[in-house]
Amino acid sequence: MSNLNFKIIEGTRSAALSIFAHGFRSFLTTLGIIIGVASVIAVVSVVQGFSANITQQFDGMGTNVLNIESYTPRKERLQGVRAKLTYDDYLEIKYRVPGVSNVTPTVRIWGSNAVITYRGQSSSSMIVGTASTYQKLNTVYPERGRFFNLSDDKSRRRVAVLGPSIMSKLDIKGDPIGQHVAVSGEWFKVIGIAEKRGKLFGFDQDDFILLPFSTTRALLGGAEEPDIIVSLQVDEPSQLEQVKQHIKNLLRRNHKLSKDADDDFEIATADQMLDTFDQIVGSTTLVLGGIVGISLLVGGIGIMNIMLVSVTERTREIGIQKALGATRFDILLQFLIEAVFLCLLGGLIGLILGFGAGSLISNLTGLPSATVPAWAIVLSFGFSAGIGLIFGIIPAAKAANLDPIDALRYE
Amino acid sequence: MSKQTIIELRGIAKHYMMGSEGFYALDGIDLDIYLNDYMAVVGSSGSGKSTLMNLLGCLDYPTAGEYKLKGTDVATLDETSLAGIRNREIGFIFQNFNLLPRATALQNVMQPLIYRGLAPTERKQRAEDALAMVGLQDRMTHVPNQLSGGQRQRVAIARALVTEPAILLADEPTGNLDSSTTVEIMALFDQLHSDGQTLIVVTHEQEIAERCHRVITLKDGRLMSDQANKVPVKPLVSGVAAHV
Repeated sequence: MSNLNFKIIEGTRSAALSIFAHGFRSFLTTLGIIIGVASVIAVVSVVQGFSANITQQFDGMGTNVLNIESYTPRKERLQGVRAKLTYDDYLEIKYRVPGVSNVTPTVRIWGSNAVITYRGQSSSSMIVGTASTYQKLNTVYPERGRFFNLSDDKSRRRVAVLGPSIMSKLDIKGDPIGQHVAVSGEWFKVIGIAEKRGKLFGFDQDDFILLPFSTTRALLGGAEEPDIIVSLQVDEPSQLEQVKQHIKNLLRRNHKLSKDADDDFEIATADQMLDTFDQIVGSTTLVLGGIVGISLLVGGIGIMNIMLVSVTERTREIGIQKALGATRFDILLQFLIEAVFLCLLGGLIGLILGFGAGSLISNLTGLPSATVPAWAIVLSFGFSAGIGLIFGIIPAAKAANLDPIDALRYE
Repeated sequence: MSKQTIIELRGIAKHYMMGSEGFYALDGIDLDIYLNDYMAVVGSSGSGKSTLMNLLGCLDYPTAGEYKLKGTDVATLDETSLAGIRNREIGFIFQNFNLLPRATALQNVMQPLIYRGLAPTERKQRAEDALAMVGLQDRMTHVPNQLSGGQRQRVAIARALVTEPAILLADEPTGNLDSSTTVEIMALFDQLHSDGQTLIVVTHEQEIAERCHRVITLKDGRLMSDQANKVPVKPLVSGVAAHV
């Protein structure tokens, strides 16, 4: 109906006029909404940027990849017992579980054993001893040079693929390929540089050195069998559960676990990890959403309060409007539009501030860049408009129901 | 020539409760108002003049009696229809002008047309015409506090006229104005009357009442007299133009 359109346009114009006539008051009124929306957007943009990044990385792992790690229950860990996956476990899985490929052993070494030196510079980085199939499962491809192959592993060649961060930490100048770095006092020839992955939670994901698995085992010496991680690909995704069960039975037998004992290992799929992660993100968002909901509620009450003041202030004006032929609906519409307009304005300012804050947090903490999903924008505006409607209705109804005579006589 | 009746009042009463005491602001008014009437309502303060005005303007409702406006019994109408009547049939002019303070003269005059749902271009055209009619074509973008009292009242008159109402109700229209401005406004009323407009003016000033062609006197809510002024005292030949 065009009549209604004209009235809405006119209502918006007069709302804008009265909001900007009391600029500072309007700003203070919407502050609750501004802060509410800004915090939603800031949190959501950071979390979303972060989770987009994580998801991307999990996608790289493939959905039919299984990771098997040792697991020690807390009670036993306190007693100094540590479960282990051994090289034998790896061999058992590799040769006795059907329907799997790219079975990859990985050993990780941190701390004082993991020192890499180059021309007087040293770096404490993670050493990853793994097989050539690692790159297929983890999608870590060399940006320069090559990854080590089966024969490097078999003949325990002293070759290494460097994470890009090590290059700068060791101050390697010129072409790194063909140069030598020392790991625990042994010399390794650099054959490749991995692609850059960036930082996650301030943790540098490019600070590692990849060595062939057998070479790493030799490096560690026979003193103690290392705890390894076994990753593999299930050829037929529909067979995933059977494969998991098979591995479970095999490892339980190998580890001589009694029937009522818990597993001393964990089998996780990338999907599971992603699910867990999504759950964490989901519940975090929910909790924050609750907090923000409260702040929007408070903001809404602020809006209602000032709208009630505004109705009282303009009682006479409302009387004049009624004398000129404004219906209850006209007055109701006018005040509702004003409340919604006020809230949307707050929402817009909040959106801008929130995105700014999110970007700032991301930059300062080295988290992935903030992204604001469309649903968050729609939700913020929807919520703001809703707050305006809900908390505007009481003042608007109060205005609409004023008796024209009483309103005109109001001083 | 038979006179066409616009308003019929039969036994109109307005009863108020003040604490435990009740009193009648209006007590059994019978009155007919005809097309192109130029009527003054006089009486001392508290006689019920303003109450009558508010009832005629559909701002208030009687506690008893029947009010027919153009043949329609007003008591049968709902709030929205009454708003429609205030918008289309009644033009109000108040003692204290009652302009919207933040709106320009033009916006003030356009205001009633918003409620009629007219398109902005048509609103503007009609409001400009109305302002030109009261001689304020140069003051359209001024807000009320940039205008003199006389100019404000003329904006209010333009606002009342822009809807082309059946009846113009003026409640002490010159009460806040000096004598020369009063003459100006009354000249405008004379002009409107001669153009065929029906006017009702509430006043307590004798010279204004004398200007009108019909004078009714109220006392304690009752109609005391209803007289025709046979010869209006100072007929204004020059009309509006002489005073703007």
